[in-house]
Amino acid sequence: MIPERLRAAWVIARRDFVAVVFSKAFLFFLLGPLFPIIVGFFAGMIGASVQHDLDKAVIGIAMPAQQGDQLVAARTAMADQMPGGAPEFQIIARTKPGDTFDARAVLKSRQLAAVVTGTLDAPVLTAPQGRVDEWRGVIGLFAARARSGEPAVLPQVGTDVVLTSAAREHNGQVVTAQAGQLLLFLLTMLLAGMVLSNLVEEKANKIIEVLAASIPMDALFLGKLFAMLAVSMVGIAVWATGYGAMVVFGARSIPLLATPAVGWPVFLGLGFAYFAMAYLLLGSMFLAIGGMANTVREVQTLSMPATMMQLIVFFFASFALARPGSTIEVVAQVFPISSPYAMLAYAAEHPGLVPHVIALAWQAICVALMVRGGALLFRRSVMKSGPAGPRKRAAQPA
Amino acid sequence: MGELAGMGNGAQARVPDLAIEAHGLVKRFDGTLAVDGVDIAVPRGAIYGVLGPNGAGKTTTLRMLLGIIDPDQGYRCVLGSERPTEVARRIGYLPEERGLYPSMKAYEAIAFLAALRGVPLAEGRRRAKAMLDEYGLGHAADRQIRHLSKGMAQQVQLIGTLIHNPELVVLDEPFSGLDAINQGRLEQLIRGLAARGATVLFSTHVIAHAERMCDQVAIIAGGKVPFAGPVDVARDRLRPQVRLETRVQDGAWRKALPIAARCDVKAGGSAFWYFTLPETGVEPLLRALIEGNAGILSLSIERAGLHDAFVAIAGEAAAKALEENREEAESTGRRGRR
Repeated sequence: MIPERLRAAWVIARRDFVAVVFSKAFLFFLLGPLFPIIVGFFAGMIGASVQHDLDKAVIGIAMPAQQGDQLVAARTAMADQMPGGAPEFQIIARTKPGDTFDARAVLKSRQLAAVVTGTLDAPVLTAPQGRVDEWRGVIGLFAARARSGEPAVLPQVGTDVVLTSAAREHNGQVVTAQAGQLLLFLLTMLLAGMVLSNLVEEKANKIIEVLAASIPMDALFLGKLFAMLAVSMVGIAVWATGYGAMVVFGARSIPLLATPAVGWPVFLGLGFAYFAMAYLLLGSMFLAIGGMANTVREVQTLSMPATMMQLIVFFFASFALARPGSTIEVVAQVFPISSPYAMLAYAAEHPGLVPHVIALAWQAICVALMVRGGALLFRRSVMKSGPAGPRKRAAQPA
Repeated sequence: MGELAGMGNGAQARVPDLAIEAHGLVKRFDGTLAVDGVDIAVPRGAIYGVLGPNGAGKTTTLRMLLGIIDPDQGYRCVLGSERPTEVARRIGYLPEERGLYPSMKAYEAIAFLAALRGVPLAEGRRRAKAMLDEYGLGHAADRQIRHLSKGMAQQVQLIGTLIHNPELVVLDEPFSGLDAINQGRLEQLIRGLAARGATVLFSTHVIAHAERMCDQVAIIAGGKVPFAGPVDVARDRLRPQVRLETRVQDGAWRKALPIAARCDVKAGGSAFWYFTLPETGVEPLLRALIEGNAGILSLSIERAGLHDAFVAIAGEAAAKALEENREEAESTGRRGRR
């Protein structure tokens, strides 16, 4: 038999879900996040080539000592004459004849876009396919210049194509982490706002007293919170379908995010779990605030600090993302409200599931406490009889 | 059955045939004393009225009894449970401030209220349509609440209150906002509920409804209950009023009349006398009047109405509260001067 609280929460969730999904406001909810995506899509098309050119790529040089220096000098001499500039060179090893150098391993471990090995007569470029296409000729030109001052004969540049480089992978994962955080933030704010206005509407309609008399207050809380979670799932499904359709039907320039460190399936699963935690934490905070407010104006006034705090938390988590391994990152991962954002970013950049299991357990405890506290506060504040003067005992007979 | 908790005179056994039992309920809001030691005992199957002036603490008392808010002090037991929300499925509640979701259809709104009390949705819908037909609102079943008149919406909510056949029905000011015809129908409905064994507790500040319908009443004034018990006992708090008509207006027999008797002389020389029934009864007075040749033309002895009893009881309580407040203020002032 279903426990009474869950049954009651289900009744509330079902009503709220139907009421929201079949309302006009839900259309705006669905369309809302599409605007930044559409803008981003067009901006991405325009900006893609610019971004490509502006990438500060660094190529590692592992050549016999003198040849490496010559190559760097050739690059320095020619860089100013090259439209769009030339990639940065960094000598990473001075090899001796007969040495073997594992360029692939270096690409995986260091923040380099490509590695040039071999000699000036027979340079070898190790890089992802796109970079090979881009730099093969440039490297040949620099090698020719390094050999003879004025390029007379272009050496044959050998290539070793790798799937990806550490730099590309890491940068891509940072972008994936940022995108995940941003999506998490937008969704959470949207839903927390919706659950708040839903509650205020109930107070305005006076139905809250009937609800309070019929079911436990924490069931009301859970019902409302999970209804909006379900609403968000509908929204996410619609958005994902739209995104998929855009990718499938020819919009090839839509930026595809780099594969997160934990892989897409796990990342998406974790993303949903962290979204649920972030939303439940913020939603219960907003519901507690809603319990104290009687009008939309009061809600706006009371929820402003919570909104600002959420914004600060988002910026804090983004700030921590740029400081991997720092105390700031650890604080962001532990502090309950920023934890979902920081851990989602962590999932994008680091493999391994154990930290996420711990983080989700910690967040679940915080959610339980927050919902319980919010329900208590709500119950205390929402059902006050109206004030009737300084001391009601002095009331006169009608 | 358990024992009473929070009672000043030690534990007492619970009375099993009480639907509601509460002792010493106290509630403060931000330092304001809203309810100050309310005791109430509602027998099962009774129609029980909670009467009081505006702001007396009726709604707060009902909310505490239903578990919507918790008392700061005191004991409550509803349908055998000290946690009223645990027996919520057996209770129907119509709050003073009516409220339904405006976008819901009438039958859906009723089915939702039923679902809150544990009735499956499909069954709730079926019952809702049947009850709307029964109440003559079948035509409005598919209309959104926002498109119903206030009276109709109120009836829809009342149906929603009763849809799950509750054992205990609590109605907070149920007659307010209803026209005379619907007030009459509501009275019939309440009697019908009691006839099928339900306990009905309702609050009102219109005494006539309570007098017509209630077996027992509690009068709340200033957050306290100066009277709780059968309506007849409340009426008996005031002595009956005597109206006596004599053929002549003067004579030695006048000494037998109470000093406070009021006289109303008629054109033909006869007189009406109005006074409170003496403790000794009316017989010695009648004897004196007959012996003094007063010529008794008519006599009526009327019991006090609940309205008069209410005004007297609530007025006394209010006066007492004012006096307490004054004394408290004076005491505070004296302490301040020292």
